[in-house]
Amino acid sequence: MARVVSLTDAIAELVRDGDSVALEGFTHLIPFAAGHELLRQGRRELELIRMTPDLLYDQMIGVGAARRLVFSYGGNPGVGSLHRFRDAVENGWPHPIELEEHSHAGMANRYMAGAADLPFAILRGYAGTDLVAHTTVSFIECPFTGERLAAVAALRPDVAIVHAQEADGDGNVQLWGIPGVQKEAVLAAKRSLVTVERIVERLVPRPGGVVIPGWALSFVATAPGGSQPSYSQGVTERDNDFYRAWDEISRNRERFCAWMDEHVFGKVVAR
Amino acid sequence: MSAATTDEVQTVVAARRLARTKTVFIGVGRPSTAAILARMVHNPSLVLIYESGTIGAKPFHIPLSIGDGELSETADAVVSVPEMFNYWIGAGRVDLAFLAAAQVDRFANLNSTVIGDYDAPRTRLPGAGGAPEIAASCGEVVVVVPHSRRTLVERLDFVTTVGHGDGPGARRRLGLRGKGPTAVITDLGVLEPDPETVALTLTQVHEGVTVEQAREATGWELAVAEQLRVTDPPSETELAALRELLAR
Repeated sequence: MARVVSLTDAIAELVRDGDSVALEGFTHLIPFAAGHELLRQGRRELELIRMTPDLLYDQMIGVGAARRLVFSYGGNPGVGSLHRFRDAVENGWPHPIELEEHSHAGMANRYMAGAADLPFAILRGYAGTDLVAHTTVSFIECPFTGERLAAVAALRPDVAIVHAQEADGDGNVQLWGIPGVQKEAVLAAKRSLVTVERIVERLVPRPGGVVIPGWALSFVATAPGGSQPSYSQGVTERDNDFYRAWDEISRNRERFCAWMDEHVFGKVVAR
Repeated sequence: MSAATTDEVQTVVAARRLARTKTVFIGVGRPSTAAILARMVHNPSLVLIYESGTIGAKPFHIPLSIGDGELSETADAVVSVPEMFNYWIGAGRVDLAFLAAAQVDRFANLNSTVIGDYDAPRTRLPGAGGAPEIAASCGEVVVVVPHSRRTLVERLDFVTTVGHGDGPGARRRLGLRGKGPTAVITDLGVLEPDPETVALTLTQVHEGVTVEQAREATGWELAVAEQLRVTDPPSETELAALRELLAR
């Protein structure tokens, strides 16, 4: 059964230096509050896993918390580059970062295999691309039709952290809107945390709602507004102005560090 | 109304391409603008599919990201990422996909990974995203890029997405089931694969653009179709709708 605890306590128990950590969210429901708490607690040498690294991983890479990044699209959607990610790859600042990159289809299938506890997943993909020489993908023959298919290894993160709109007192969680790959990430991981906007007495089924039973999770913690500047459908709005502003904030190392000091490291979280 | 800019012409031409399309897969930026415009003026029943999992989205505003709330609020169905790539894209249920890239070669292969060497890149680009499998399995692909020697290059620094590979028959040999790129729409004109060689050939120039200009802005010896067409300039309706959309 998921333990409903404070965000600070959840992160402290959940994440260790050197862990592989997937903070998922496909544009929607990105667990910013949890990511920031992880940085405040000084976690280091992390293997960060996520389909769309986005601003949160730009921040985590920029402060030097990541040793390795497993991903499929590292951009600021609709705006442009992730400058801290680029600085790490192009100039090794603040230190070099190891990359393992896939396509979205590859990553999604890797999570599915992890959730199903299978060793790998198959898909039609990667054929003819230079990704083959630079990532972990193999090709197998279908035993029934002989078709050649790509095989990608299961993802089994040490920790998955996702954000949802609500949970009940037993830690059963419901999220709705764009569901991304959160359910797969949580079920693929050895340990998990879901941060939620609110705890409700009883979950009321929502159209398109994805429910994850509390007994399949390690921790649930409240973090109201915890997906901002991303959003939680029906609760908060995506702060598109901030996504645009991040381009300028993150371009310059000093400006970035000052922003992180002011908005992440200097912030005390209510327990 | 003031004359159309080259950017506006490119968007209008991309939108026209969707006049009879049933389902279109789009990313953000100009392709998204073109697809919304197509719904407004050519094809009100066009189904817009974004990789965030929103199928049949009907955005009033041009979204900044592929996951803006307006897309899921207006969609016919909102599905998970694994479902999007396995059941909808991989299974070949989408007719046409718009893609962009930092580099395009003469066989319409695309690079969105790195400029320079992979292990020590001059410019690290965002990476593949959904493009490789979208291009493999959607019915056809239309590439929308600026026309310049930086973009249309002799040789890609990295093959992120296969268009027509190394030439005729490549897609079949690789097991890629869609038709692949059928057009590259630029701000100067339209390039289409030659029926024999599948090499991109200039088949259309926008009004006021010369063949010389297009060749000059292409990083390889650009072939020109015998029957070169000139783009019909944007109509009052198209231009007014586009400007109204951008002003929302």
